[in-house]
Amino acid sequence: MDAKTNQREASTRKNTWHLAYWTGSWVLTVAIATFGPEVIWDYNSGISLIFILINAIVGIGMILMNRKYINGLDELQKKVNTDAMAIAFGVGVVGGMSYSILDITNVIPFEAEISFLIMLVGITYLIGVVVSNIRYR
Amino acid sequence: MKNRIKVLRAERNMTQAELAVVVDVSRQTINAIEKGKFDPSLPLAFKIARFFSRAIEDVFQEED
Repeated sequence: MDAKTNQREASTRKNTWHLAYWTGSWVLTVAIATFGPEVIWDYNSGISLIFILINAIVGIGMILMNRKYINGLDELQKKVNTDAMAIAFGVGVVGGMSYSILDITNVIPFEAEISFLIMLVGITYLIGVVVSNIRYR
Repeated sequence: MKNRIKVLRAERNMTQAELAVVVDVSRQTINAIEKGKFDPSLPLAFKIARFFSRAIEDVFQEED
């Protein structure tokens, strides 16, 4: 019995670390592709294109790893995560559209940055997971 | 959905963690099912009923 429990826990732990690795790699490639042209390769389009492609490929790896992570969870944790993703997706679409309109109509004095939207979605997802876990405790 | 998992577990002097291992879910899942906070999938409900050697309707009942 213990061996089986440990096997499940070990598998989830391994998937979590792999997801963290892929997410960290994706964030790193975003930073390189974004700031590299200015500070490393002086806006060489060829090099920029290579790093944008690397970023997209690592991003696909992160998406596939996230799918594997979700599929490896038990059914309650799957529900917790899909509920949180549904809320995060909704907040992303609605919040993103409102944010864009604020920019288009010049209500905000600065350009709408997609990074704020990504942070909003990420924070919403985290809060959703924590709240759901508390609810099912 | 109501269920008799807590009673059936007590009859076997079994912990939530031990049942969780048998049916391959987390202890949190068994706890949430027992408290009626989470309805299990049909395969999991069958697995639990089969483990207790009961028909599924003897373990899980619809709430009035």
